[in-house]
Amino acid sequence: MTAALAEKGRSPAPPSATTGSPAPPRRGIPGRGPRRERAFDDVPRWQIYLPLALYLLFTLVPFYWMLLFALRPAGSTALVPWPLTFEHFGKVWNERSFGMFFQNSMIVGVATLVMTTGIALAGGYALARFEFRIKSGFMLALLCSQFIPGALMLVPLFEIFKNLQMINSLGSVIIAETVFQLPLSIILISGFIKNVPVTLEEAAWVDGCSRFRAFCAVVLPLLRPGLIAVGSFAFVHSWNHFLFALMFLSEQDKQTIPVGLNTLIGADSVDLGALAAGGVIAAVPVVIVFAFIQKWLITGFSSGAVKG
Amino acid sequence: MASAVARVPRAPGRRAGAPPRRLPYLLIAPAGLLMLGFIAYPVISVFYYSLRNYNVTKPWRDGFAGFDNFVRIFTDDPQFWTTLGFSARWVVVQVSLQLALGLVLALLVNQTFVGRGIARAMVFSPWAVSGVLTTTIWMLLYNPSTGVSRYLADAGIGSYGTSVLSDTGTVFWAAVVAELWRGVPFFAILILADLQSVPKELYEAASVDGAGRARQFFHITLPHLRDAIVLATLLRGVWEFNNVDLLYTLTGGGPAGVTTTLPLYVANTGIEGHDFGYASALTTVAFVILLFCSILYLRLSKFGGDSK
Repeated sequence: MTAALAEKGRSPAPPSATTGSPAPPRRGIPGRGPRRERAFDDVPRWQIYLPLALYLLFTLVPFYWMLLFALRPAGSTALVPWPLTFEHFGKVWNERSFGMFFQNSMIVGVATLVMTTGIALAGGYALARFEFRIKSGFMLALLCSQFIPGALMLVPLFEIFKNLQMINSLGSVIIAETVFQLPLSIILISGFIKNVPVTLEEAAWVDGCSRFRAFCAVVLPLLRPGLIAVGSFAFVHSWNHFLFALMFLSEQDKQTIPVGLNTLIGADSVDLGALAAGGVIAAVPVVIVFAFIQKWLITGFSSGAVKG
Repeated sequence: MASAVARVPRAPGRRAGAPPRRLPYLLIAPAGLLMLGFIAYPVISVFYYSLRNYNVTKPWRDGFAGFDNFVRIFTDDPQFWTTLGFSARWVVVQVSLQLALGLVLALLVNQTFVGRGIARAMVFSPWAVSGVLTTTIWMLLYNPSTGVSRYLADAGIGSYGTSVLSDTGTVFWAAVVAELWRGVPFFAILILADLQSVPKELYEAASVDGAGRARQFFHITLPHLRDAIVLATLLRGVWEFNNVDLLYTLTGGGPAGVTTTLPLYVANTGIEGHDFGYASALTTVAFVILLFCSILYLRLSKFGGDSK
């Protein structure tokens, strides 16, 4: 009932109540008059733009620096990459087999995304909607698993995968990435599900839906932003993570992009152009995914549910 | 709102036809089995190794050692204490700065302003980047002969010097800045997601009652965000404690060991020093310390209390 009020938020002030002079020009933001009642979201513009601009500088300069090194000819010190050159990209893609690494990283990323989201959805639903005997124990196990130093899990994990004959198969990395993504994903998803009022589901049961159908028809659509967030976490983490790939994949043609980058960093004479080009190749997919899902990531995790 | 929802499932009117006793167990089974096999079992083997003289290069010394490794840690290993101290400093600095900056950033981009979507996408973009790629980017920036400092020196600011990464006085803050660059956006995203679920009506009501922005922040926003902040700081703290990839690739623990955190020390001992028994004991100690601190933190912050 107050939804309309909340949407509007601002009361349209009379445009020239105090100035008396010709109505002030509207500057892009509708309803912005010279003096009006302060609404909850009314902050002076400069208090937003100034700190944001400073932070943007901190965020974007490093990216620019990487592009600069990737796009300007070797030996150049110009601050604008001109003339543009793509020799660094050609070099890392072909000579340093980044094309192969790229494909492997993609397989690992997508498989981890699918497995993590599916398994975490089931687990998260159980935690959000049921009381059962081992629930608190399971929660504790999820939290505890976050405290384990990953580096030292490597040797036991290596032995396990060796016994399963999965060394040098991408499957080992996919499983390891999934397992380490699961605890946080389950906790997050169960939080999202808790935000969906159980009464919505119950209404669907009353209408004759099974629990599963009610879940698919009522809860799942409301979870979409949350699922996209969790799925993109999983993808991005497995895309960026390099310890498992480094340890479990010894054959060159099975390795992933971060391992390739690490060999460039560790090279005796660092080729900064190639390093930067490799960095751009590593960054592009995640930045694209990120830009695409950005609004889903944040737009009202529970805005739909709160109105119920 | 949330507490009201949480209580619904336990209401006496639970549906007669649907008291699924086995369903929750089936739902958590995939996650549970994966975690048993690939987290619990490796952890137990680490605990077991910690009681052994397990050195890959000295197999003749292998055998049950009892608590010898632990005695050595606490009585005869000054490096343990210095690396522990460095870890604590790293975690405290990282988490407090990430929380402060992340909160400000989330509040900023939660406002309505022109260009918000693009601003969000840009300030959050480093989140998509991590580990080796962050190292790649900041190595390019910190490089003394081609990095930012050289251009600043050309412009008369500062001097041509050695890399900030090879100076024991600056390397800590150089690493802190690089890690902040990618850590703050993640924090901001988590906080922003929760900010969206604060009912706008609360601010409306507070505005009507004459509460200013500061009061609204401390009496509505912060209490609402409490659980999200507690969980985010805890997870980040643990994550930063265990963080190996950035420090390992950026500084390698140097110069002169001043950026060697406890996990790096563990990795050096276990993987490079092949002293796996002792490294396992160090891991066990790190695990206990983390567990103790986390439980203490959760207790002190009264996480999950129904006071939301």
